[in-house]
Amino acid sequence: MDVLKGRAFKFGDDISTDHIAPGRYFHLRNDLPKLAEHTLEDADPTFASRVKPGDFVVGGRNFGLGSSREHAPRVIKLCGVSAVLAKSFARIFYRNSFNVGLPALVCDTDAIGDGDELEVDLVSGVIRDLTRGSELHFTPIPDSMRALLADGGLTEHIVKHGTFKL
Amino acid sequence: MGQTLAEKIISAHAGGPAAPGELVIADVDAALVQDGTGPLSVRELEKAGKVQAAHPERTVIFLDHASPSPRKELSNAHMILRDFAAKTGVVVSEIGQGVCHQRMVEDYIRPGDLLVGADSHTVTSGALGAFATGMGSTDVAFAIALGKVWLRVPESFNIELAGSFPPGVYAKDLMLSIIGHIGADGATYKSLDFTGPGAAGLTMSERFTLSNMAVEAGAKTGIFAADAKTKAFLAEMGRPGDFSPIAADPDAVYEKTFAFDLGKLEPTVSFPHTVDNTHPVGEAKGIKINQAFIGTCTNGRLDDLEVAAGIVKGKKAATGVRFLVCPASRKVYRAALDKGLLGIFVDAGATVLPPGCGPCVGIHQGVLGDGEVCIATQNRNFHGRMGNPEGFIYLASPATVAASALTGEITDPRGI
Repeated sequence: MDVLKGRAFKFGDDISTDHIAPGRYFHLRNDLPKLAEHTLEDADPTFASRVKPGDFVVGGRNFGLGSSREHAPRVIKLCGVSAVLAKSFARIFYRNSFNVGLPALVCDTDAIGDGDELEVDLVSGVIRDLTRGSELHFTPIPDSMRALLADGGLTEHIVKHGTFKL
Repeated sequence: MGQTLAEKIISAHAGGPAAPGELVIADVDAALVQDGTGPLSVRELEKAGKVQAAHPERTVIFLDHASPSPRKELSNAHMILRDFAAKTGVVVSEIGQGVCHQRMVEDYIRPGDLLVGADSHTVTSGALGAFATGMGSTDVAFAIALGKVWLRVPESFNIELAGSFPPGVYAKDLMLSIIGHIGADGATYKSLDFTGPGAAGLTMSERFTLSNMAVEAGAKTGIFAADAKTKAFLAEMGRPGDFSPIAADPDAVYEKTFAFDLGKLEPTVSFPHTVDNTHPVGEAKGIKINQAFIGTCTNGRLDDLEVAAGIVKGKKAATGVRFLVCPASRKVYRAALDKGLLGIFVDAGATVLPPGCGPCVGIHQGVLGDGEVCIATQNRNFHGRMGNPEGFIYLASPATVAASALTGEITDPRGI
């Protein structure tokens, strides 16, 4: 699981949690697989039908801004997305991603094109763009976030340790 | 070295001095979830075998986003939350009692508290001198169950305010101007500390508006010192014993300082689809609206309704404009009723909604049609926010929204 492989789905700056999990589907929040059918619908209505397991969501600046809805990273993960890459993340989305076991990686996403085949090495911090034959690095994941990822998320972390061991 | 408010409060809850950038495990005084985020918290606690609450009397579940419920799925979500409360003894704030953030400041939060909430606008309580921040369902679930949370101590930005508002300019215009200036991600992970004579001069309601929107600049919290006004507010809310003063140390270290002169501001409007897309109201002149909405945790308080009622009194909303008014809490609703404000709105052709989040989150009570335009006092104008990605949302003060309701286009309240 340390090396992730898939295609890039490119998005712009300021993708909000309303783009990712629109408020009009509020009633589906307790049926996450159904909600996941609408993932990122207000940014790209075709995303949920095209994405395949392992693929990457690639954003610009301030990805995931807005509401605290943890459903946003959860539905992205449920679509099979292996990691979200962005130039920067909104604070709550960033925290929620690791809490649900979805890596959120900070890198210069201008260097990645829509549809590019990527290989992401979570240990070495290298992103290989196989389509362009280029390589870039993501900002190291903080130790606390790495610990959460290793356990599979916050709930699994608490089940394993009984309390916070970060 | 002196401490900022955020550093001071986190240190007091983490058992020792905490510096910016450090990761701490902090004790939590109070926690909230709402009907959109709470069911997931309950599910995670069930999964972990921890259906329990460390501080049930200060853990509050709010049924405010779908209030009253428009669909069976949401009625069932409410049942999950009531059942969790019955098992753990936590408090339920029922349908019609109001928006979580307004109710937290009215009834629960004290200066110096550490509050976490599964709603991004939890930051509102920072105006009372508390460290209040929004998180996801799972973070708040374990804060409820264990009474603890992990936090990265934020660096602080000093938002230094001077002067007082000219006529027709309000706290909302100030906060939109601040966000327009520093950007929607300009304060990501930071604490915004509102300081200076301009901050001291603000009413509590104005402070709530500012703290509420700190998250729209990406901030983790937005804090004011607790002073004589905080003391008077808590006394007015029937809890004088909850007051204690708290302020940043005079030699506190801020990463950046931004200065704003309230006297130089003018009515400000955020254009679709980001909050930092701000313009002076003059640049919005003539934009036709289909809906005007006054309410929410940002601007649904008594003084907001008073300002709006003062503008629409004896007049009628323009033909073709749906004018919606939603008091932020039952307390506000009752006071507005007593003061005759609701009658003024009804006579002006407004629809008065039950206290709650109302149209702001796009669930019900004012979903926009394709291509329709709304001017609202809420805090967000994102794509799809009011239930339709084909809608257009402009953000403004209650005065600007009220003036616009009368003319049917975005209007400078200073001319009314």
